[in-house]
Amino acid sequence: MSETVISVENLSKKYVLGKNGTSEGLRHAVQNFVTAPLRWLKPQSNHGEPGKNGSHSAHKKSANDFWALKDVSFELRQGEVLGVIGRNGAGKSTLLKILSRITEQTEGRVEITGRVASLLEVGTGFHPELTGRENIFLNGAILGMSRLEIRQKFDAMVAFAEVERFLDTPVKRYSSGMYVRLAFAVAAHLEPEILIIDEVLAVGDAQFQKKCLGKMQEVSKGGRTVIFVSHNMGTVTSLCSRALWMAQGRVHRTGPVREVINDYLSKGMASDYKTISLKEIARPSFVHDDRLRLENIEWLCNVPLQHGEPAEALITFSTTGPVEGVSVGIGFSTVEGTRLLSYDTDYQTGHRSDFSKAGSYSVKLAIESLPLGPAMYSLDIGCRSGDSHALDYLPAVVQVEVIPGPTTPGSIVRQDAGVRCQSRCTWD
Amino acid sequence: MGNAQTTKLILDPGRAAKNYWLDLFRYRELFLILAWRDVLVRYKQTAAGAAWALLQPLMSILIMTVVFGMLAGLPSPHNTPYAIMVCAAMLPWQFFSNALSLASQSVVSNASLISKIYFPRMIVPVSSIVVSLVDFLVACSILVGLMIWYHFWPTWRMLVLPPLVLLAVVAALGPGLIITALTVRYRDFRMIIPFIIQFGMYVCPVGMSSDFIHDKLIAKLGSVLGEKFFMLYSLNPMVGVIDGFRWAILGNASVFYWPGFILSAILTLVLLWVGIRFFRNTERAFADII
Repeated sequence: MSETVISVENLSKKYVLGKNGTSEGLRHAVQNFVTAPLRWLKPQSNHGEPGKNGSHSAHKKSANDFWALKDVSFELRQGEVLGVIGRNGAGKSTLLKILSRITEQTEGRVEITGRVASLLEVGTGFHPELTGRENIFLNGAILGMSRLEIRQKFDAMVAFAEVERFLDTPVKRYSSGMYVRLAFAVAAHLEPEILIIDEVLAVGDAQFQKKCLGKMQEVSKGGRTVIFVSHNMGTVTSLCSRALWMAQGRVHRTGPVREVINDYLSKGMASDYKTISLKEIARPSFVHDDRLRLENIEWLCNVPLQHGEPAEALITFSTTGPVEGVSVGIGFSTVEGTRLLSYDTDYQTGHRSDFSKAGSYSVKLAIESLPLGPAMYSLDIGCRSGDSHALDYLPAVVQVEVIPGPTTPGSIVRQDAGVRCQSRCTWD
Repeated sequence: MGNAQTTKLILDPGRAAKNYWLDLFRYRELFLILAWRDVLVRYKQTAAGAAWALLQPLMSILIMTVVFGMLAGLPSPHNTPYAIMVCAAMLPWQFFSNALSLASQSVVSNASLISKIYFPRMIVPVSSIVVSLVDFLVACSILVGLMIWYHFWPTWRMLVLPPLVLLAVVAALGPGLIITALTVRYRDFRMIIPFIIQFGMYVCPVGMSSDFIHDKLIAKLGSVLGEKFFMLYSLNPMVGVIDGFRWAILGNASVFYWPGFILSAILTLVLLWVGIRFFRNTERAFADII
């Protein structure tokens, strides 16, 4: 068994609400400072006893106290990749901040063996006035690389970011894509023993995301110990071996990644992403007919969708007058735009609906077993009248994540867009 | 960063800073690169560029020379050119005031770094002092120019300048750290700094010589009380630095007031100690309160 490299015991972090330093008043601060050497003379209390080793104000109980973390304990062994999941405000970022020494815990103890690098943001410290070349050195140093190390990896970084031609241009003139690529390129060449990452993959275009993911997989397979916070369940499943589910500052559950994520998805997910409003989105110019407008698409099943599991969606639309021969269609494309899977109401049956008056209508799509492999897909949705008259059309309206389901074979757990099916579906 | 393969890091509340100085040493590359960034960025997208490091002190020297030397007709010891006397004080003073104002802004303007990455926070204000030091070195060419213009030849005393520059750095560092830490918590200090700097220009013997102030105090208050007040006046760390500069640059034309210099050097060290302690006490919470 490999050795424990990170051990966290009863970690707690308290914030006092509605009170930043200022309201304590200058007088209090001055007084505090004057008496500081006196406090310092007192013997230090033992570690590991909650309540005793906090600052003096930790003893006072207050309704304004907010525990961002409370009694979090876990251990991580060499080479393990831990995915930290949970809703916003569950304490994930606070945990990472303490582990990367940015902020200090109120109580508890952390032991870390090895060189740590943390990546809480892509491009930390990038300076807009400096050139790409200068920023590589700056950012590298900020992430903890030595100058020698950066020089050795410089060419690889530049090639990875695909910015060769713009190396001597200030990054403020970069497109946001180039900026992010350069930033990630530096981060990707970091080689610490322990890597702490917060949601950094949520950047860049789809193709670059894929490249980043590949790099991350390389890192996680290379025996590096990684702590990874993400809302992207597919990424967590494919990268991590263990998962830590946090809720309200505490560890809700920890265990093998599949088990924890399945549990999380069935109980823990908010319905935030479930309904996608289509009303405000601009239509392509070839949609001239305004008699029918798609309004919402709502998932009636768990999101993210799971490969091999049933999926249900309710599509609502409104008409402003009589429309005949209407069919509704929904399509899944790769994020690069290749259509993989389409469902149409008139497929095989040829059944189209006539609407005689203005009103709101809905149609439900039930997919018996979603054939899409675990990856990100973009969703196209449209309505037509007859064979070719577009009533409304929304290409790539939203990205949909598909994660491995219980029946997904281990061989395709990797992020790999594609249809893997033995599928039937019904519309009603 | 650490080269040792098995560096064990223990995080305990209130004890995180155990090997702080070692950490500071480990992060020396980051320090150098931040200082390099600050120097590089300082005059980016300005038309005059680094000439600003010359223009500002040059204009101030000109004004002081005209107002105090020519209009008010204040004396310059042993008839050294008034401009050189002002220059010898203006250079360290500008260094000090730049360092103070840059340092006070430094942590706040690097907020995104502070809240995203760990490093000993002291690097940030210290690197802004390096920027002021670079400006200072550039501005030293004014002094060289003036000395050539007035055919004023340096003496061996110029060799004392490097340690005096060091003293000026220390004098800026102590108050700089205090003000930096205070600015993180109370942004009020952003408003206070320009005032302190303006005020300090008149409290320090920039536009006139310390001898002149000494003589005035004696004349107004009598020799006993006057000496006492002059001692009090010498407590100001920058008085020691400026008088030292004058002594070194003006050569035999300047007398040296040892008790005042020692006093202000001691106070400088005390301020440094207080500054470091105060900064270290506050920096652990920087990410939370910034």
